[in-house]
Amino acid sequence: MLILGIETSCDETAAAVARGPGEEGVELLSSVVASQDDLHAHFGGIVPEVASRRHLETIVPVIAEAMARAGVGWDDLDGLAVTHGPGLIGSLVVGVAAAKALSVARGLPLVGVHHLEGHIYGAAVGESLALPVLALVASGGHSHLVLVKDHGKYQVLGRTRDDAPGEAFEKGARLLGFGYPGVARMAALADSAPGPVKPMARANMPGSWDFSFSGVKTALARMVRAGEVNDENRAQVAAAYQESIVRSLTDRTLKAAQEFGGYPVLVVGGVARNRRLRELLSRRAEKAGIPVRFPDPRLCTDNGAMIAAAGLYKLSLAGPDSESVDVDPNLPLSDW
Amino acid sequence: MARSLQPALQISTSSPEQTRHLGRRLARLLAPGDLICLRGDLGAGKTTLVQGIAEGLDTDQPATSPSFTLLHQHPGRIPLHHLDLYRLAAADLADIGVEDLIGGEGVVVVEWAERLPPGFGGDRLEIALAFDPGREEVRHLRLSAVGPRWERLLRRLREENHAHPRD
Repeated sequence: MLILGIETSCDETAAAVARGPGEEGVELLSSVVASQDDLHAHFGGIVPEVASRRHLETIVPVIAEAMARAGVGWDDLDGLAVTHGPGLIGSLVVGVAAAKALSVARGLPLVGVHHLEGHIYGAAVGESLALPVLALVASGGHSHLVLVKDHGKYQVLGRTRDDAPGEAFEKGARLLGFGYPGVARMAALADSAPGPVKPMARANMPGSWDFSFSGVKTALARMVRAGEVNDENRAQVAAAYQESIVRSLTDRTLKAAQEFGGYPVLVVGGVARNRRLRELLSRRAEKAGIPVRFPDPRLCTDNGAMIAAAGLYKLSLAGPDSESVDVDPNLPLSDW
Repeated sequence: MARSLQPALQISTSSPEQTRHLGRRLARLLAPGDLICLRGDLGAGKTTLVQGIAEGLDTDQPATSPSFTLLHQHPGRIPLHHLDLYRLAAADLADIGVEDLIGGEGVVVVEWAERLPPGFGGDRLEIALAFDPGREEVRHLRLSAVGPRWERLLRRLREENHAHPRD
């Protein structure tokens, strides 16, 4: 089965063509992300691609480029998949309208994909997605701990109560004077800190699988305001800050994996690229005998490949959406 | 910009829970179409205050930070549109449809309102949140009204505060 996947829920206008699903997951034929590709370099830079107008300007060239790079024609496709929530209504509408128009014009079945379900199925690109799995979806806008019991069967255990971890990293980088986007530079400096790293105080919420990262951000803001951060200790402070976020994610994820009977762990979303998170979570999981997987970093940020992958499973296992695929900015993660 | 007729109302809170409580108090005053603009540095308590407002409006989900996702729309007793300009250029505001939300069926609360273009919005409540220089948990909130509706509500809050300073 061959499918075109479209993603416009937030900053990125993205499309991808993929084939599958098979024993090796899905095969990616092309993946185009407007902000990362040369075809619209003039939109690049630090201003996020948030405007629905920009989605509107890039959606058609992005889809055309994805089809061209895959070397397929419209007649070769078996279906379409599109993110229909959660996200910004004005941005989601652009992708969903394009998908619906193509569906009608080409007579192709259409499936709607939840953005977080897309992140999870991104792990099925080029590799089979072994289920059940405990997925940690950690990005700028999301931090969800989701039990995926079978294809399309989800149980959300916890989420952030305030800031998402990627947001905490970005705001910490700004507080420490790295500007925007300074997350990679802060992580590099943190990794260079000598000696043992003592994390800052972390939120502990007994009886819940939720996360909280605003407390550690506020603690860092206080240190900066009090003049306690200087050139001598900046690396140490960055490391302590990173360590508290990474340990919160690691502790809760592994505890949940054990409590729910030794589920293997999958880490997706932009924060999955953090080196320290990969190192600590992998080491601690190995000690606990829990398999852990971090997919290709290129598939961790928003893209169309993950939507195509989720769409391939959904279309082949549950069939096309019987009702119209409608935009829902608050779409809950529900079963199919 | 319309000049306020009364001085700003100063309220101090000594914990995140007290900031949330103030949010719940504010929610009791809110009506469809209202706009609240929040200013303050990272960690000053803007999202915490909105969490209280969301609780007071009985939203379906607790409020979290929309810094990356930009806009969270919560169904509730009155719908809450929770907007965050942390990452947004002013030019993008129109594309998000903010003008359509204000004065509509919900309440609009804007974090990082200092990034709104000059002259944006009509009647509104403005709240500036600031850290206390010495006490870590203490925040000082400065509430000021723009327009007759918020002049009236601010007067009511001020009276409540005198009568029950801790309520």
